[in-house]
Amino acid sequence: MENLAALTDEALALVDQAEDLAALDKVRVEYLGKKGQISAQAKMLGKLSAEERPAAGAKINQAKQQVQVRIEEVKTRLERAAIEAKLAQETIDVTLPGRARDIGGLHPVTRTLDRIAEIFAQVGYEVAEGPEIEDDQHNFEALNIPAHHPARAMHDTFYVEDKHFKTSGGSYVLRTHTSPVQVRVMESSEPPLRIICPGRVYRCDSDLTHTPMFHQVEGLVVDKDISFADLKGTVDQFLKAFFEVDAPVRFRPSYFPFTEPSAEVDIGCTQCHGKGCRVCKNTGWIEIMGCGMVHPNVFRASNIDPDKYTGFAFGIGVERMAMLRYGVNDLRLFFENDLKFLQQF
Amino acid sequence: MKVSESWLREWTNPDIDTQAVVDQLTMAGIEVDATEPVAGAFSGVVVGEIVSIEQHPDADKLRVCQVAGHPDGGQMQVVCGAPNARAGLKIPFATVGAKLPGDFKIKKAKLRGVESLGMLCGQTELEAGDDDEGLWELAADAPVGADLRDYLNLNDTIIEVDITPNRGDCLSVRGLARELGVINRHPVSEVAAEPVAATIDDSLSVVIEAGEACPRYLGRVIRGVNVAAPSPLWMQEKLRRAGLRPIDAIVDVTNYVLLELGQPMHAFDLAKLDGGIVVREANAGETLTLLDEQEIELKEGTLLIADNAKPLAMAGIMGGLDSSVTKSTQDIFLESAFFNPIAIAGRARSYGLHTDSSHRFERGVDYELARQAMERATELLISIVGGKPGPVNEQTSDAMPQAGSVGLRKARIVSGLSIEMDDATVTDIVTRLGFGVEASSAEGWQVRVPSWRFDVSIEADLLEELARIYGYNRLPTKVPDQSMAIKPHTESRQKLARLRSHLIGRRYQEVVTYSFIDPKLAAQFEPEIDPVALQNPISTDMGVMRTSLLPGLVSALRHNINRQQARVRLFESGQKFVPNADGVAQTPTLAGLLYGPAAAENWADADSKVDFFDLKGDVESLLSVGGNGDNFEFKADTHPALHPGQTAGIFCKGAKIGVLGAIHPALQDELDLPDGVFVFEVALDPLLDARVPAFSPLSKFPAVRRDLALLVDRELPVDDLLKAITDTAGEHLYDLKVFDLYMGKGIDPHRKSVALGLTFQHPSRTLNDEEINGFVDAVVSHVTGAYGATLR
Repeated sequence: MENLAALTDEALALVDQAEDLAALDKVRVEYLGKKGQISAQAKMLGKLSAEERPAAGAKINQAKQQVQVRIEEVKTRLERAAIEAKLAQETIDVTLPGRARDIGGLHPVTRTLDRIAEIFAQVGYEVAEGPEIEDDQHNFEALNIPAHHPARAMHDTFYVEDKHFKTSGGSYVLRTHTSPVQVRVMESSEPPLRIICPGRVYRCDSDLTHTPMFHQVEGLVVDKDISFADLKGTVDQFLKAFFEVDAPVRFRPSYFPFTEPSAEVDIGCTQCHGKGCRVCKNTGWIEIMGCGMVHPNVFRASNIDPDKYTGFAFGIGVERMAMLRYGVNDLRLFFENDLKFLQQF
Repeated sequence: MKVSESWLREWTNPDIDTQAVVDQLTMAGIEVDATEPVAGAFSGVVVGEIVSIEQHPDADKLRVCQVAGHPDGGQMQVVCGAPNARAGLKIPFATVGAKLPGDFKIKKAKLRGVESLGMLCGQTELEAGDDDEGLWELAADAPVGADLRDYLNLNDTIIEVDITPNRGDCLSVRGLARELGVINRHPVSEVAAEPVAATIDDSLSVVIEAGEACPRYLGRVIRGVNVAAPSPLWMQEKLRRAGLRPIDAIVDVTNYVLLELGQPMHAFDLAKLDGGIVVREANAGETLTLLDEQEIELKEGTLLIADNAKPLAMAGIMGGLDSSVTKSTQDIFLESAFFNPIAIAGRARSYGLHTDSSHRFERGVDYELARQAMERATELLISIVGGKPGPVNEQTSDAMPQAGSVGLRKARIVSGLSIEMDDATVTDIVTRLGFGVEASSAEGWQVRVPSWRFDVSIEADLLEELARIYGYNRLPTKVPDQSMAIKPHTESRQKLARLRSHLIGRRYQEVVTYSFIDPKLAAQFEPEIDPVALQNPISTDMGVMRTSLLPGLVSALRHNINRQQARVRLFESGQKFVPNADGVAQTPTLAGLLYGPAAAENWADADSKVDFFDLKGDVESLLSVGGNGDNFEFKADTHPALHPGQTAGIFCKGAKIGVLGAIHPALQDELDLPDGVFVFEVALDPLLDARVPAFSPLSKFPAVRRDLALLVDRELPVDDLLKAITDTAGEHLYDLKVFDLYMGKGIDPHRKSVALGLTFQHPSRTLNDEEINGFVDAVVSHVTGAYGATLR
């Protein structure tokens, strides 16, 4: 049985030397297989006495066990090494850029319009849209701006040739504001109303600070007991939400034919916080929007009873909001559509 | 409107500084656009007099003046290059040690060897005016030696206000003073305009034929005026600071009264008038040469001041040249009238005119002001140009406005402004503003509107006045109480935002292009459409409303290619304007453009240009965002701007809703575009329809795929084949794909091989080979019969 110890040592050494799973299996077969050298020792048990046999058997089993355990250990190590080698071989430079990684983007005007709409959607304002070539009735008359009203001069209206239009009487214009959409909504729905009307508007004016087309969001709330205080609160909260600052907001009396009382709204300069800078022309204030209580004549023109309902309306210049929010310094960039500009948003 | 602060303070002078005046006016709704000092910062400048003048010995353009006025007395020698320098002239004299604007110090100097002790100044050098033609010629009676700032009252500020169209009453010094007085509770001093007694009996008849348009007309003859007499310095300075150039005493006085009181006036040369004055509407064909020397063909209905023979003036807008006051005028006829705003509004603009007079009349002038202005102007004129006034001839029509009366309910103040304003505050504000309380009750008040506040006619107007004077920013602030009722919410429509997000994910950048485009470009894209033209475009290349979004996208592409962009993917959403039988369809539309390499340049992919099917794939995925891509189909089509062999119409339920394709090579040349520009345009509305998903159970049974390679004619649209297969393969066909297309070697040159994968699956059992063979046989036999297909 001295041979057993030698065989065991021999087997263990070979197990340790095995460089791959095949070599390891070869060792297993050679020593522990049915015809393996250690297994073969069992045949010698027959030559031993009955008293010696159990102890000798146990020794053989112990030896087999010892080798088996070592084989398992080495097998685990080899398997792990094989996986690691595979992983090492498969390793790539993950810092290389991925495929088709680029993305398009929204125009800053749309981004700003969406932001405005989302803020108002929180409290139930719905979006209404309408035609951009409007008739005189909706763009002016129904908004208490009769022909020859001096306010028409403020609008620098584009007139379109009316030969294509079938209904006669009244000229056609490119809408100078999105207020006609409010008129259309009031004509076709019953209060209470809570709408915003985003869209393109047109004024015949083109210089450093004017483009002949720009965007507006008009808002309208009509209900019982809507007061000037509601307008002030709404505008104030909107501006603070939009700019994400707690800037002061002030209201100045102004004039729009379709509202009475009317107000211009200033916000404390978002650039210099009221200290005075180029953006606010050193006044500390930035004129940001116009608003007012819906004029009774506007209600009457849309068959809403001004004794029963009141309402407010406001108008926001989208490009101006975008310029202030994102620090754009040239209005004309919005319509040049230079990708280097657009991709910044 | 510009007005000097010192003039305003002559009317009301509250103890507040300039900035406070500016802030108060702005916060009361009279927006101050700008303030500027009347003159630049300078000191040490006095009224000088050129006592004698001689040529500089060594310089042609310089002269040597002896100038009186230095505070030390005596005469100073000053070298001067101004062409209008002459002996006897009084001029601003900057003495040695003076500081001029820009921190420019005057020192002793030698000019070409001649000593010069000071400088004679022009207006621009003192930043006191725009006249840069030589020296500023001061009045002959200017006190030599006086400090120029004191003499001309230059320590003054010009305030420029932007008056809203409703506040015509504020287009005068008096109007602004009234506002300032109301805000500060400070008295406003009225100018004395006592009636000037007639010293002659001369009068001119006045007949108002157009009574609606001219409710009141006052005229007065003044004989023996000296038109050569200049208007006084104080008047000239006030006019100048209001932005008006002094002209002659008579014009200056009428301008002065216009600025002071807000009443436009006009003076005629009496000798040029034929008979009496007739206020009437113009007849067709009449002409009038205006003061600015342009001859106008009058439109019928234009309000005229005429005499018995001819038109004299366009009422309330501009006088005529022939009847105007000239140097030889001896007698004048002075007009002060009230014209109905509706008769003036829009008229001036329709003739391309805009005057200080029309600006006021179309906004409205105090209808009770005409007589006061007449007396004020008479008094000023007589004091300057002399002359003997006749009696005022006043004519009125039935259309004279009556003082308005407006009710103001306490309950309305509460509901409109969310404030309980006590009665005393309300009556205090309205009376300060000039309204008269006619009646009051527990419910509210009835107030009489002053003649200058013709803008106030309804209760809401009074609410604004209360709010304005009380202070917009002192009023309460809240938000509307609102219902939390939940509104209907449809799932079968989706938002444009979702489509935009999809395109952005597919690497398209949104653009916004102008809705008006160059008519030439419009015609290049859609020559058969006559677009809606603007009557007054900004420029000819923005002359027509777009009938397609494609020209704008292509223009944006060119802009970016010119800026070295090699790969451009753009989209835009917006209305297009297409005339049709019913008018003009204003259709919300979505369009896109694809150009350049398929992938941004990178280490992993070979460089390959986009083609039609890149675009089509983008469009097909876009059409599928709503889950109902099956509603759309593509058919070979044509479009004038697109390549005839690479154009597909997009159809939804049989109706054409859009198009996609490659830009036509001819158009590509005309527009100097590179190869490989692909575009699509589709009506937005059908894309906003969305499918509400409906579950169908998942089959647990195996799917079986059979591949077919069919040889068909090259011209046969594969889509036709696919439809035919779908129709004949039976209900268990659940997927059908084209996995290969081959044309060329080995097959008939007129044929193509289309490899198709058909997958069959049954919801509740395994399909056996026989069944599947049956389905495939049915397909093959149908396409063989219908399309001459053969199995390859």
